[in-house]
Parts: sequence; structure tokens; C-alpha cells
Amino acid sequence: MTRVIVVTSGKGGVGKTTTSAAFATGLALQGYKTAVIDFDVGLRNLDLVMGCERRVVYDFVNVITKEASLNQALIRDKRIENLYILPASQTRDKEALTMEGVEAVINELKKTFDYIVCDSPAGIEHGAYMAMYFADEAIVVTNPEISSVRDSDRILGLLASKTKRVVENQTPVKEHLLLTRYAPERVKNGEMLAVDDIQHILSIPLLGVIPESQSVLTASNQGIPVIVNKNSRAGLAYSDCIGRFLGEEIAFRFIDAKKGGIFGKLFGGR
Amino acid sequence: MGLFDYFHANRNSADVAKERLSILIARDHFHRNQPSFLPALQNELLEVIKKYVDIDQDDVTVSLDREEDCEILELNIALPEKGRYKEV
Repeated sequence: MTRVIVVTSGKGGVGKTTTSAAFATGLALQGYKTAVIDFDVGLRNLDLVMGCERRVVYDFVNVITKEASLNQALIRDKRIENLYILPASQTRDKEALTMEGVEAVINELKKTFDYIVCDSPAGIEHGAYMAMYFADEAIVVTNPEISSVRDSDRILGLLASKTKRVVENQTPVKEHLLLTRYAPERVKNGEMLAVDDIQHILSIPLLGVIPESQSVLTASNQGIPVIVNKNSRAGLAYSDCIGRFLGEEIAFRFIDAKKGGIFGKLFGGR
Repeated sequence: MGLFDYFHANRNSADVAKERLSILIARDHFHRNQPSFLPALQNELLEVIKKYVDIDQDDVTVSLDREEDCEILELNIALPEKGRYKEV
């Protein structure tokens, strides 16, 4: 059974696209045939983070308006098997994503894919609504910052009321909290909300904590999802998330301030 | 206490953030779960009461609480000092 995963947050700039790229790549690396769809019509960015921007010919909107077939628009990742990207349109507006059109594309993908990752735009407007509507699971990306936590709470309210699963009285969307840009040292100094506090406020299961890391910017500079970088704490934290998502018990790491141990020396800032 | 002292009070900023956020989210949830007719009901009640008593917007609060299978509509009207009653 195909699972549709939405990566959402409400607030912009918290790491939705980085997470979508990492997650889709991680699932594909585990052998699952995965498609990642950019729902941010008008502000296409997923292709950049995935490093396939020069291979975009047709996009999501072209498929919806039947100007291209799904197979023409899907970009097969050159480095990773089982990974496909459906880019957003850079020229249209979000209203081009009709409910029927999005549903048709998702149903078509469901025939051959194991996972469909939907990269939501920021905000709670039409594009974000379309990205979450067909979801079975939601990864709510949150920064340890009050406005981000509040917006995530708002998104959780929408996931519980405005999705197909709710409308059709199915089991609710399975929610996962993913905390990004976490800085344990700052938490220790009382300058940043702690992971436990955020989880307590949002009260959904914690999928992972991605530490603040220079390698995230490096990865996006190069167009290589950070999860493939095994020398990066952020990359390793994303790999842990994939394991947990697939049902493994994996202890959380990078959430305590450095003790000057081997990890601190090996991964300082990376 | 000056503004500088205010920012350098003993409490750390993460605790302040946690407290503000907890209050804010409780309030968001409260508003989110209210039926959409409540603001209109509040305004109409205010208009009616204003005919007789000199009150402000903030003096009338309407809320709906749920307790298991019953709903309680709570109406709070803060009346002013006797002198501000209107002669009808």
C-alpha cells in the first residue's frame, strides 16, 4: 500500500524542502520506490535542493492540465535508484492545483510507488491545503522558536479537520514532529526551547531532532540531499528519522550539549 | 527597572518563551473550538444591552464550554456603576 506523506510547517524557512529532499532520498535508499512532489507552485525550489534543476522540462501543473504525461514530467534521480521528482511550475499560481487534478496525479503515482512525499509550501493557503489533503502521514517541521511552534500547532489543527482522511471518516493522519536547527548548547544555556518542552506543547510523537549544522547549507549549495552525507550530524539525524519512520527503535542523538567526547571532536559544527 | 534590566532579569529566555507559548496555544485552541456564530452573537447582545446600559465591547463575553455530552453557553456581562444606567 502506497503511503502519502506531507512535509508541512505553516511557517516558512524552517526546513520543509530540505526535509522533503532528505526524506524522499532516505526512503529510496532503503529500497522503496519514492516520488517527491513540489507543491510550492510559483516558488519552485525542491529541484534545486535535489540537484536536478537543469533537467526540468515539464512540471506538476503541466500534468494536471494534461499538457504532459506524468512520465514525461517525473525526473528520475541520476544518483539514487527508485527516486523520482515531480517539480512545481515556476510560472503559474497555486490555484492551478485543482483538487481533482492533484488527486488524479496521486492516484496515478500510487499504482507504482511505495511512498509519495508532498513538499508543502509555507502558509495555510490553497497550496498547503492541497499538499496535506491526500496525506496518510504528516511530518510537521518545527524550529525551536515560538512563532514556528505556534504555526505548527495551527497546522496540526488543519490536519485534524481539513484532510481527506477526516472528511471521509478514516483513521486520522498520522502526525510526526521533526525538530530542525536544534542547538543543544543554546538549550543548555537557557537560550532555546528544549525538545521536551516543544513536544509537550504540540503533543505529537517525536520523529527526530536535526541539529543546526553547516552541512545543510553546503548540501543545498551542491544540490545533494544532506542525508547522503555520512560525515554530517544533520545527515545522520535524518537517517535516524528514516529508521524510526520505518519502525526501528533508534535512540535520539545530537540533542545533548557536547561533552567533549569523540562525537564532539569528530562532528564539531558539521 | 529600566528596559536593560528587564532583558537581563534572572529568568532565562527559554523559560519565558515556554510560558508565553503555553498561554498562547491554550488561547488559540480555545478560539479555534468556538462555533463561528459566537462573535456575531456577542455583538448583537452588546447592541441590545447598550440601549439600556452604557457598556463597552469588552464588558460582554460569550463562550461555549463542552462537558462530556452537554454544551454550556456562558454569558458574562460586567455592569457599570449605577450612575451610568440610562433613563429609558
